Amino acid sequence: MSRNPFTRLLRFLFFAVVVRAVILVALGLTVRHRERLPGDGPAVLAGNHNSNLDALALMSLMPLRLLPKLRPVAAMDYFYTSGWRTWFANNIIGIIPVKRGSGNEGGNPLQLAEEALDRGEILVLFPEGTRGEPEKLQVFKKGIGHLARARPKVPVVPVFMYGLGKALPKGSALLVPFNVSVTIGEALYGKASHDAFMASLEQAMTALAAEEKVPAWE
Amino acid sequence: MSGPFGVPQNVAYATAAIYAVLILASLIVVVLRWRNPGERYQELADRTESWWWMIGAFTACVLFNQTVAVIFLAFISYLALKEYLSLIPTRRIDRAILLFAYLAIPIQFYWAAIDWYGMFIVFVPVWMFLFFPALMAALGETQGFLRAVGTLSWGLMMTVFTLSHMAWLLVSGDRVNPVAGGLGLLFFLVVLTQFNDVAQYCWGKLFGRHKVTPTVSPKKTWEGLIGGVATTTALAAAAGPYLTPMDWRWSALAGAILGVAGFLGDITLSAVKRDLGVKDTGGLIPGHGGILDRVDSLTYAAPAFVHFVRYFFYP
Repeated sequence: MSRNPFTRLLRFLFFAVVVRAVILVALGLTVRHRERLPGDGPAVLAGNHNSNLDALALMSLMPLRLLPKLRPVAAMDYFYTSGWRTWFANNIIGIIPVKRGSGNEGGNPLQLAEEALDRGEILVLFPEGTRGEPEKLQVFKKGIGHLARARPKVPVVPVFMYGLGKALPKGSALLVPFNVSVTIGEALYGKASHDAFMASLEQAMTALAAEEKVPAWE
Repeated sequence: MSGPFGVPQNVAYATAAIYAVLILASLIVVVLRWRNPGERYQELADRTESWWWMIGAFTACVLFNQTVAVIFLAFISYLALKEYLSLIPTRRIDRAILLFAYLAIPIQFYWAAIDWYGMFIVFVPVWMFLFFPALMAALGETQGFLRAVGTLSWGLMMTVFTLSHMAWLLVSGDRVNPVAGGLGLLFFLVVLTQFNDVAQYCWGKLFGRHKVTPTVSPKKTWEGLIGGVATTTALAAAAGPYLTPMDWRWSALAGAILGVAGFLGDITLSAVKRDLGVKDTGGLIPGHGGILDRVDSLTYAAPAFVHFVRYFFYP
């Protein structure tokens, strides 16, 4: 993320004005268990992923004073496709880039994410990886399990969101207002066994999803 | 006669009275907590706090000026339509149509704002009613067509057409109400309808025994309904001559209409919630539920009151 004060001001204005107007006024979030959100970094917010608005909605849950610490973890191949998109992703959204599939090449694809946690930042990430069919949970990728095992003291807070996949689903550029409900789960912590952590996270997310009674697409 | 900010003096008095009741309600919560330290009275406290926010927003916007007031009422309509569309099952193919449905709100409230009654009264029930089914047919998806058409038309009528009557009353009321203008009529409608909700709830809590609609809204009782309507009628008779062009007899009749219409709106939305299997329409207003839970009685009371006043008191 840029240290240039002008870019930082742009990022603040983008989130304080544009993002909040869209997420909090035009759509409107109903948040359950807000008290379970972390008060400060380091922390991980793990959400379900249906829409391009998911990261912005998760970031709107946190107070603006924590905005400089909020970093969505995002795939390089999705964002770094043009000069403008790269600049926007790095400086306005403030992403931490991950190279998809690079876990098989020997290096640590999550090194930048671990460093961010060490600086006390708050990561916003989506264990499903990519956006799925609207409002359906997919199998979780393993990255978050590795991250939690590497930093076992950092709370991982599961967040289940419903409605954004209807407002702006994958494959559509048309934003249609729908109410969004957000249910926040109890913080989880990394375990020696990465499978055990993944199982508890998936279980927590499914339980949060079940708290919602919501109409789906037909 | 005009008071501060060009607000008619009687409306200023009414506003002061509302805030006095609000302060009284907050004091009751404090006293209850002080006398029973173990109890939190959470729901009552949440409701009272939410009333502060709702009445604060309503009075601030509506008293500021007419344009802000109409935009505020249009925004309530937007919240209600959004809540409704979020509750019902919708088809993905209709997304663009739903966006058009939202667009109907500023247009409908514009007709109200320029006091063009002829267009205001046909725009949703005629033009939108014809437009959306044809658009859906043009998109070509026939699976679930009738349900999509039916739910959208009914939703637009309930959340846009009925609620926009408040805006038209505010704008047109200046022509017919020398006592307190459109603001006086709007206050009479909104305050008494909300008061009626609370009155029916209190009478029902205290004396309720015989259920009115056991399958739809089991908490509604004849005692609550009759007690609430009677209280609203009495308050209407007392306040009407100061806020509306009606004398106390006409005001009492209007109060009774508001009370019964509010009840009908309430049980109609309750039936929808039962059908959809939800308790509240949303979580926007702590202690109350969603915006539709709060304006359900107005969806019936607003058109009923407006057309009653229009028939008997407009030139």
